[in-house]
Amino acid sequence: MAAYHRPTSLSEALRIARRDDIVVVAGGTDVYPARTSRAAWGQPNDGELLDISRITELRGIADRGDYWWIGALTTWSEIVRADLPAVFDGLKAAAREIGGIQIQNRGTIAGNICTASPAGDSIPCLLALDAEVECVEGTPYRVALAQFITGYRRIVLDGGIVTGIRIPKRPGRGHFLKLGARRYLVISIAMVAGTFDIDDVTGTIRSARIAVGACSAVAQRLPKLEARLAGTRLGDVQPIADELAHLAPIDDVRADASYRRAAALQLVADLLADVGARRGA
Amino acid sequence: MSGNVPDADWIRFTLDGRAVSFHAAPAQSLADMLRAGVADRGDPSPQLQVKLGCNAGDCGACTVLLDGEAVCACLVPAAQAAGCTIETNIGSAPDLLGRRLASAFTSLGAAQCGACTPGMLNAARALLLRTPRPTRTAIEDAIGGVLCRCTGYTKIVEAIAACAQDGARDQPIVDAGVGRNARTQLDWLAAMDSKRFGADCIPPHAYPIRVIRSPHARARFRFGDLDAFRDRYDLLAVFTAKDVPGANSFGIFPTTKDQPVFAVSETRFRGEAVAAVVGRRGPPTSFDDTDFPIVWSPLDPVTGIDAALATGAHIVHATHPDNVLTRGNLKTGDVARGHAAAAATAEGTFETSFVEHAYIETEAGHARRDGDRMMVSACTQAPYMDREDVARVLGIAEHAVRIVPTACGGGFGGKLDVSVQPILAVAAWRLPGKTVALDYSRTESMVSTTKRHPARISAKASADTEGRLTAYEMSGDFNTGAYASWGPTVANRVPIHAHGPYRVPNVHNRTRAIFTNETPAGAFRGFGVPQAAIANEALMDDLAEKLGLDRWQIRRVNALGASDTTASGQVLHASAGLPQCLDALKPAWDKAVADASAHNGANTRHRRGAGIACMWYGCGNTALPNPSEMRITLDRDGRITIWSGAVDIGQGISTILVQIVRETLRIEGAEIAVCGAVGDTDLTLDAGKTSASRQTFVSGNAAKRAALDLRAKLERFANVPPGAPMRLTKTMREAHDPDGNLCFVHYELRSVLDIGGSGERAVPLRDIIPAGSDGLEGQGRYDPPTTSLDADGQGIPYATYGFAAQIAEVLVDTALGTTKVLHIHAAHDVGRAINPLQVEGQIHGGIAQGLGLALMEEFIPGRTENLHDYLIPTAGDIPPITTYIIEDPDPEGPFGAKGVGEPALIATAPAILGAIRHATGVTVRRVPVLPHRLWAALNVGA
Repeated sequence: MAAYHRPTSLSEALRIARRDDIVVVAGGTDVYPARTSRAAWGQPNDGELLDISRITELRGIADRGDYWWIGALTTWSEIVRADLPAVFDGLKAAAREIGGIQIQNRGTIAGNICTASPAGDSIPCLLALDAEVECVEGTPYRVALAQFITGYRRIVLDGGIVTGIRIPKRPGRGHFLKLGARRYLVISIAMVAGTFDIDDVTGTIRSARIAVGACSAVAQRLPKLEARLAGTRLGDVQPIADELAHLAPIDDVRADASYRRAAALQLVADLLADVGARRGA
Repeated sequence: MSGNVPDADWIRFTLDGRAVSFHAAPAQSLADMLRAGVADRGDPSPQLQVKLGCNAGDCGACTVLLDGEAVCACLVPAAQAAGCTIETNIGSAPDLLGRRLASAFTSLGAAQCGACTPGMLNAARALLLRTPRPTRTAIEDAIGGVLCRCTGYTKIVEAIAACAQDGARDQPIVDAGVGRNARTQLDWLAAMDSKRFGADCIPPHAYPIRVIRSPHARARFRFGDLDAFRDRYDLLAVFTAKDVPGANSFGIFPTTKDQPVFAVSETRFRGEAVAAVVGRRGPPTSFDDTDFPIVWSPLDPVTGIDAALATGAHIVHATHPDNVLTRGNLKTGDVARGHAAAAATAEGTFETSFVEHAYIETEAGHARRDGDRMMVSACTQAPYMDREDVARVLGIAEHAVRIVPTACGGGFGGKLDVSVQPILAVAAWRLPGKTVALDYSRTESMVSTTKRHPARISAKASADTEGRLTAYEMSGDFNTGAYASWGPTVANRVPIHAHGPYRVPNVHNRTRAIFTNETPAGAFRGFGVPQAAIANEALMDDLAEKLGLDRWQIRRVNALGASDTTASGQVLHASAGLPQCLDALKPAWDKAVADASAHNGANTRHRRGAGIACMWYGCGNTALPNPSEMRITLDRDGRITIWSGAVDIGQGISTILVQIVRETLRIEGAEIAVCGAVGDTDLTLDAGKTSASRQTFVSGNAAKRAALDLRAKLERFANVPPGAPMRLTKTMREAHDPDGNLCFVHYELRSVLDIGGSGERAVPLRDIIPAGSDGLEGQGRYDPPTTSLDADGQGIPYATYGFAAQIAEVLVDTALGTTKVLHIHAAHDVGRAINPLQVEGQIHGGIAQGLGLALMEEFIPGRTENLHDYLIPTAGDIPPITTYIIEDPDPEGPFGAKGVGEPALIATAPAILGAIRHATGVTVRRVPVLPHRLWAALNVGA
């Protein structure tokens, strides 16, 4: 077994994080399965682990005036139980679909974005919330989530720590739909998330932010559709394939690319229908 | 398992209410730390109740409560337990809620093999602590992260709901006779999770083995300097093919022992073992496989049936130059004439995938050689077959080998073949006096053990205007992978069953088992019949459509019944209850079809459908001897012990045997239990393997005969007429030694055999049972009456058959290609339900596996080698199930009973496929029907 570091302060953690080949662990829901996977084919040796779970300043959810702050160590269960405005409803829905309850009790929001799996269920939700990632790497800095994840399981951070997520305060409501081949504990074939600000009286869409996951190396927003929806009444505009043309789905054991492309379009349409249904409810 | 953990710390926390300190590496998982034992108490591994099923958060078997929240202990760094409260709340000292849950699990049949049970109990407990009155959805959400492969979840959800509703009291253990929902001590232990599986039985100081496996489907290889490697990494030993003392081969049949313990110079599938490394101090994890001195030269593998049959294909085994392991055949009448005379003919080609058993307990065991005797203890479905192969690879006599089965955490056919046993035996033989251990990881289990055969089946069926079948012919190719395993059984069983449980005058069914460089395919619940049923039932639907007949009707018209003759020429003299099954389902069928029409009238995207399918299945070996022997003793303490060699893999044969013996002995007040050493080859007789739905029928009969033998002896000793009422009573007496002094006990338990009720005549057991013996003994043997089959498959292959019909109702989202099963109605002729609760449990579990086969399960070597890429149904995927137990007693069966284990599964997938077709108009010819496949089928030409 390799060294295991469990600092209580961020400054100590940052010193350790600079070392080569160190893996940051919090809930362990990605780190430990990856270890098991390597060991299964003859690589039982693990690198050093930096456990950040004791750093209290990475915990909590807070109203910081013009934005919401979600600490890096916030678990999915904590998000589900938190008293947050309706724009977070999509993120909460995703939180309920990540793994089973055991995973939701342990997995963290920063872990999900740092793993940067194309199938990370929170990522389209956070894209639709215009989330920014707070990092410390030498000095603190902020970066939009869309820039934070640079490719398949790749992030800008190298030798630093994510301290939290900032969500700008926005009106509206969040939505999320997940497609998988079974009910629980399933890696998404595709998922869509969106936040919609709609005029209560006229039903006019003031703004829409929509993202699709598991259909490209990194989840993608749909700017063309968002632009077309703005100013229209809900139900007037249906998504078209061209608005999803920048997705780059692959064939894998869960589905093939052509299906993913079609399913993503359908899910976006279903998401818009869901917005209407919930508004009417 | 490891004694000294490098970089270990003392980690202090509260475990089940006690302050504890573990000496553990902080980076190891909480699960590993708990399983290693409480160091500061010297308590021998009290936390083995924490089971490990995948070590990746995919199965939830290791679920514990961390500060009141359910977590997978395999994902929690041990260091993070410091200062926390951990609750396993199982085993010997659960709290009231834990006991109530365990009690509800026992009395409602929510635990079968017991491997998922601790995780389930903890997940349920976490829910009920937070939400005392949960909805059904909340229960499913709570256990959605715990996989169960036995129960189909229905009874688990019911048990949790019952526990929440009435605050259920402790249920007493009920030992009841035939036809009742008996729950024995064993069921209670399963629910309390006091069962010890293969990994749980490994002694703490055993020497762990790591197996080096081929990462290539086919490759030549050459070893470097193994001795230098051993010394460099301070290993106890490295073993390869040259260290196998006997034959380096094992297999099911005497003529098909083709699988090596360790490959010799060339591997035939990805995951094949080439060497075993034994650690000196703890697990040998200090090196990567790439450090191991072996040079691989990958070769083109034979992948799939077409490649194996192609001209010039690589020959997988020189003994079979055409890559065909074996052929099966059944022929009766003249199919050409049958087709020619028909009003309608249907045909098609169907494909199925490799399917993984996915028992929650992966294979594990330990072994030790003392002198010339070898002991191997592992989870298994077939201890006597294990003994034969262990003796073979060691080159010693069978009586020199003792197999001690551990509890078996699910099998479904996958633990009929040896897995860890030959490797353990070779290592232990070369290391006399040392206990060696092997505990497969989930991936190791998935890549190296057998699968359901992928099949490609072409079939053609014809019927007259009334729907009466006039001809059926099929040719089926079954990919048996790199080694024979149970390929011959699949090839022989399928032709007998392939035309379904129907009267067909003209039949020609042909099968081939084909070698490839893929994972060996072996036994899996149904031995190829589930694959054949998919083709058969689709053609029945085709014929119904062509003839304008209702799909229920065409099955009812053709259903085999009593006095009918099968295509193999066997007259079904009794217990052929398919007509009754179909009649029982008729109201549900009419309603399902009507409901679907009503729904579909108003919905174009979400379509409902109803499907129906029938099945039959011969219990026991196909046209081969299939005996079981049982021994029952009555000891001086009045205990009746069934020395059972019939391994209980969760299906409940141990409880069934107690019920049969109780009903047969008819001795009031008797304490009857199965011995603690089920299947121990030194202590029990050979009851054959737990497979082919044979144990209730075959071993049940053997136990019944043993009980009759014991009763006859008692009647003789007591000098009473046959059938006289008897009861056993205990009388307390003080005991005195010959000098008249009070002995070390204050009283003596004296069992009295009381004849004729109310103390008419008492016979002290000590008068009729010699001291120091096991007791008075009854023995029984049963071998089902079958005959061998001729070249056309004619004869009596089985003594009895199980029959069933199932209806599936589904909802298909035609835009996304997703299928939700809404309801299954299952009518099963089981002859006689010895234990109706367990029969239902088998049906539920079989349906869950059938649903997985139809909709989601596909093992692809190299791609779906874990339980997050390979999907089995979760609690949220199983619909409500209505069961109809049809009892058409078989005079040959114990109290009329026959098997239900495999029959439960076979009709489900075809019923679901029929329902999808009804909903969408699309006939799916390849399973699993993953969403993208159904979507593609729905959009052909679009």
